[in-house]
Amino acid sequence: MNETVIKTNKLTKRFDDFVAVDAITFEVHKGEIFGFLGANGAGKTTAMRMLCCLSKPTSGEATVAGLNVYDKPDEIKKNIGYMSQKFSLYEDLSVKENIEFYGGIYGLTNKQIKNKSKELIEKLGLLNEADKLVSSLPLGWKQKLSFSVAIVHQPKIVFLDEPTGGVDPSMRRQFWDLIYDAAEKGITIFVTTHYLDEAEYCNRVSIMVDGRIEALDSPAGLRKTYSAATMDEVFYKLARQAKRTE
Amino acid sequence: MPAITLNNITKTYNKKTVLAVDDVSFSVEKGEIFGLIGPDGAGKSSIFRMLTTLLLPDTGSATVGGFDVVKDFKAIRGILGYMPGRFSLYQDLTVEENLHFFAMVFNTSIEENYNLIKDIYIQIEPFKDRRAGKLSGGMKQKLALCCALIHKPEVLFLDEPTTGVDVVSRREFWDMLKRLKEQGITILVSTSYMDEATLCDRIGLILNGKVLSIASPEDTIKAYPEQLHAVKSDSIYHLLLDLRAYPGTINCYTFGEYLHLSINTNEQEVRKYLQDKGHTNIEFKAIKPTVEDCFIRLLKQQNERNSNKDK
Repeated sequence: MNETVIKTNKLTKRFDDFVAVDAITFEVHKGEIFGFLGANGAGKTTAMRMLCCLSKPTSGEATVAGLNVYDKPDEIKKNIGYMSQKFSLYEDLSVKENIEFYGGIYGLTNKQIKNKSKELIEKLGLLNEADKLVSSLPLGWKQKLSFSVAIVHQPKIVFLDEPTGGVDPSMRRQFWDLIYDAAEKGITIFVTTHYLDEAEYCNRVSIMVDGRIEALDSPAGLRKTYSAATMDEVFYKLARQAKRTE
Repeated sequence: MPAITLNNITKTYNKKTVLAVDDVSFSVEKGEIFGLIGPDGAGKSSIFRMLTTLLLPDTGSATVGGFDVVKDFKAIRGILGYMPGRFSLYQDLTVEENLHFFAMVFNTSIEENYNLIKDIYIQIEPFKDRRAGKLSGGMKQKLALCCALIHKPEVLFLDEPTTGVDVVSRREFWDMLKRLKEQGITILVSTSYMDEATLCDRIGLILNGKVLSIASPEDTIKAYPEQLHAVKSDSIYHLLLDLRAYPGTINCYTFGEYLHLSINTNEQEVRKYLQDKGHTNIEFKAIKPTVEDCFIRLLKQQNERNSNKDK
């Protein structure tokens, strides 16, 4: 079997008497594109924050890149990348400066940063924009750059929180080209999305309902289990059973 | 009389260096749900802001409910409801306080038009004492819609109301829009979810400040120029790379579990090419395009035109 890069056992997070994440147990394998789906408020972000060591679990176990989230948060952070729509790039820095900044933060040497920055700018077709402020780029470009920066240090796993929200269909697909490319290179992708066609691009998909993982399988497997023609239908069948609205 | 008209509206920013809206004309009939579909930066929000009298056009004219957006801006503000793209309610006021505030500004009360918002408000009423800033995305959206409706507007402007909202809430939201339409309210809505386009009476596809096509969703799909195919094999990523490299490919991109492909050769040729490339379990079928396919087609045409210009 493939190497396991994320493993949880009854991972739980409570806020007072509210159980945001309710004893979730799952594994993610190396190089896998793992879709982490759920309705608004199902507990996705809380679960993701625990895996990124931004929030301490109330109980249960989790290892990320083979490291325990309770004991080794700093080491874990060196082995992961994180990208969300909210926290991405510095708008007042240029494209190049952002790459250099993140390269520095992730501990790359000056030479590595120089090479990486050249490579990324060429790969993303941003030669004419390299010295422009990020604020002047269209959203789709920002998201692509943001993803590239999140994996600038070749992490074992990258966490993507709704990376394609509000992006046009063509740009969304270009973004997924980058994801496929990273996965081919062995980076494990952990991604949330509200676009259910994107769930089809994942190797496996989990669907959270009210803090629990209600389903976990390949998209084809899920469609079969729930006798649904599309992932949209699978999701709808599961998510509408949700009791909690918050 | 149409509920909304735009005649050759143009808007630039930064001392005319940025062309946001480029000579746009269209009209929306009373009681219609009209969808403005386009990516971030296409000019959708600028159009919304000119129609809601928050921004002046450079040239051209526009009316809402028969009133001119420049001369009669005060009259327009009384008859429109606006839900901007960014959550813009008072974060520090509670759900109920926000609603009360908006009712008061429009000289009305929550009770007077409770009918109109009842279906929606009932869902957030259990949280009426919670501050708006502490609501989840789906609830913020419902509250924003209630606030936009509380004075019973004639025309409702919804700028990307469902961005970042899950499928279940999105479906509920569109059910609500249908009920509002039945009450005679005209709705101009923008979205980046192409599946929502089919729920509109008519859609305008917008890109780089220009409206490229205006038609019903069915007619938009009928206008697709080629036969589209859905293809899959055991290794979808390599299939994508191989089909993009195939000389007979016009366009190929991922679409859920399949790739969508248009070609200037035929099925046999493609199958032969893919078998030579070592693909197994090849599935190949003709399909009807979706609005999303139409949009991708237009984007491609536009990009080709731009790159020809560069040459």
